[in-house]
Amino acid sequence: MHEVSAGQQQFLSNRRKHKRIVCVSRTAILLSFLFLWEFSANTGLIDSFIFSSPSKIALCFWEMVLDKSIFLHVGITLYETILSFLFVIFISIVLAILLWMSNKLSEILDPYLVVLNSLPKSALAPLLIVWLGANQTTIIVAGMSVAVFGSILNLYTAFTQVDREKIKLVYTLHGTRFHALSKVVLPSSIPAIISTMKVNIGLCLVGVIIGEFLAAREGLGYLIIYSSQVFKMDWLLMSIVLLCIMAMGLYALINLMEKLYAKYL
Amino acid sequence: MEPILELKKINYAYHNMEGETKALSDISFSVDKGEFIAIVGPSGCGKSTLLSIISGLIEPECGLIRLNGKYIRESTTNIGYMLQHDHLFEWRSVYHNVILGLEIQHILNARTKQKAHELLETYGLGRFANAKPSELSGGMRQRAALVRTLVLEPDILLLDEPFSALDYQTRLTVGDDIGQILRKEHKTAILVTHDLSEAISLADRILVLSKRPATIQKVVPVIFDLPDDTPLQRRNAPEFKSYFNLIWKELNENA
Repeated sequence: MHEVSAGQQQFLSNRRKHKRIVCVSRTAILLSFLFLWEFSANTGLIDSFIFSSPSKIALCFWEMVLDKSIFLHVGITLYETILSFLFVIFISIVLAILLWMSNKLSEILDPYLVVLNSLPKSALAPLLIVWLGANQTTIIVAGMSVAVFGSILNLYTAFTQVDREKIKLVYTLHGTRFHALSKVVLPSSIPAIISTMKVNIGLCLVGVIIGEFLAAREGLGYLIIYSSQVFKMDWLLMSIVLLCIMAMGLYALINLMEKLYAKYL
Repeated sequence: MEPILELKKINYAYHNMEGETKALSDISFSVDKGEFIAIVGPSGCGKSTLLSIISGLIEPECGLIRLNGKYIRESTTNIGYMLQHDHLFEWRSVYHNVILGLEIQHILNARTKQKAHELLETYGLGRFANAKPSELSGGMRQRAALVRTLVLEPDILLLDEPFSALDYQTRLTVGDDIGQILRKEHKTAILVTHDLSEAISLADRILVLSKRPATIQKVVPVIFDLPDDTPLQRRNAPEFKSYFNLIWKELNENA
């Protein structure tokens, strides 16, 4: 074991202190927020019928766990989000490859992709219901529609930014355009693909919730709309909390994937 | 003996919306088997373009190229091309970088794999076969890039300023190294460089190109009377300076 110098020790203890402060402050903000909320709801500072309270939300969650209905709603939303996410990744990689393969195609399609990307996708949801019916397909397509165009554009940009000299190298080894794709462009774009995935998982969730608002009989989006109509604010806020947790979990999953990739590169 | 490579009246121009830029004008020369040619010229004169044309990456606007007497399209002559940077892929180990060309040409088999390992061993990279490229020094990276080219057993080797990205000391050793490797294997090589002393220390013949549009301004045969004709020995020989002055004058005359 090496002797650690005083300067290094000082540095390490400063780092640890910094980390501790960040961690403690984060927890403190959450706890004091929950406490204030609970306190003001109990003392009548705010109307607990409208604003609910942490304890009511927890109780409501527990009831739904007992009658198992919560698993259905969370499961459905999760299923739809993951399915639309997988479709988005697959479609955008395939289309970005096609655009990369043909300069003409990418130049021709560019304005369409830009317009479709900037279009507020929630405007499409009612259209999708008419075309596809009020069913799960609509919800999954709604989830895809939010993410897919931006994802194609991002991946295509990443593909075109691959070092031209590395591609030239493949040609000097008598490779074809297909080799340039499989040996250089795709492997060197993996970090870009992962960061696109990070954005997409959140966007798919947004799209799925929009879809569920309009075309579902189950799922967290449905639960939110239904509870707002019947004024069950406990349900509504609980659904939002669950959505937060779900979004965090999905993001963490992709983060983990990125770490594994970096480690076993 | 028939030359291994023959260029006749090669012309090339770059085009863009503002107009055309003539890069090469009536370039003709031939290279014999086992010969080491260096091409020097002012920067931006089209030296790299010339290599790209010889390797078949781009087509000349007019003129013809023959390899072993055959037109480039029908030729089976194997051309190796070494670029300025090693371009080792960070997501592959050194060994997997070296066999990239074998993979692409679908000739990865027991014999070629064996050859790749032997070459790595010969050039002092045996221990690093499973290392990441980032773990190698600049000189070792360049040697790995050379192995990647040599494992394809090229008949002609094109070198596009392959040492220019290295620091001076590494550059001399790697230049010496690679020069000896190529001589030992009797490879035909064409080296493009703007480093005159590098050209003189390595080549049998030096082509001096004029500024754009490049023409062959002068051909200088380089002959050293040395018992041990290595690049480093050459740098110490008295003839070295006179060759340097000769080529230096040529380059500056038309500048």
